[in-house]
Amino acid sequence: MKSHEEIYNLLKEKFGDAIGQSITNLPVESFIEVSPLKIHEISYFLRDDNELLFDNLMLLSGLDDMNDKKVKQEDGSIVDVPGTLSVVYHIESTSLRHKIVLKCSCPKDKPEVESVNSIWRSADWNEREAYDMFGIIFLNHPDLRRILMPYDWEHGFPLRKDYKNPEFYQGMKVPY
Amino acid sequence: MGLLDQQFADDNIVITKVDDLLNWARLSSLWQVGFGLACCAIEMMATSASHYDFDRFGVIPRASPRQADIIIISGTVTLKMATRIKRLYEQMPDPKYVISMGSCSNCGGPYWEHGYHVLKGIDRVIPVDVYVPGCPPRPEALLEGLLKLQEKIRNESLVKKDVA
Repeated sequence: MKSHEEIYNLLKEKFGDAIGQSITNLPVESFIEVSPLKIHEISYFLRDDNELLFDNLMLLSGLDDMNDKKVKQEDGSIVDVPGTLSVVYHIESTSLRHKIVLKCSCPKDKPEVESVNSIWRSADWNEREAYDMFGIIFLNHPDLRRILMPYDWEHGFPLRKDYKNPEFYQGMKVPY
Repeated sequence: MGLLDQQFADDNIVITKVDDLLNWARLSSLWQVGFGLACCAIEMMATSASHYDFDRFGVIPRASPRQADIIIISGTVTLKMATRIKRLYEQMPDPKYVISMGSCSNCGGPYWEHGYHVLKGIDRVIPVDVYVPGCPPRPEALLEGLLKLQEKIRNESLVKKDVA
């Protein structure tokens, strides 16, 4: 059984720059920031290292970080600067009984994160949901389709903070 | 208005109007599509079970829309589901009736503002005969809705539609 700090130090030693900060002192669980294009390699290590043995991905969820900014230009016009989308991984080791939370952030205009489906099979539908709700593209996912919304939904990703409901879907009025 | 009111005592003959006979037959055996959507469906199943006994009004769940007379929209209708419900409704033979059960299928219910996936009222897709309010309605409320529907059918006419 290892603590959050011990796991963070192990990862930092092995992966260096791919590991960001360890965020603690939160009212919620502490988490470790991870590079979205290194998450596959890191997950593989977390699962198979004899001291870690994270065999269970409890939850993978998408997140809109709500950090879109409006920047005022010199000529007075206002430009929207898109923020970031994140993927949060809650993993545990059933044999060593420790847990850790990882978080990958990617820019909203290029939301790409590596899939961890080949490491934990439970990631399959969770990643499809994160794609469906936030439009996060999981690289190397075997079947990245929408899972909750209709397959022919063309009006964006509903849990993004800048989402606007369409007026009509298949001839049905959507707003109240 | 009852069918047997004008029975002749000494013969096995009943004199009635075709309208009354057809309406009586229809309203006494409203077979429903065996179909439920959300928590309202739990109440609907409770209404079908022995305590409230939907069967005493001739309501039996039928496993195919092609052999059903009534569809009870019992629960939240998502946009994805709405297209399927429309298809179910179109497969039902005429005459067919719709009971909208609960706030969600009446008007979107608690999802009216932020439910990006919810259809705000099943009447945007198929015509509704009776709306049953409640969240979810108790079985008594659904029974009341059914009696209202029976009342509506009792007043139908072959010549004039919907005289009620």
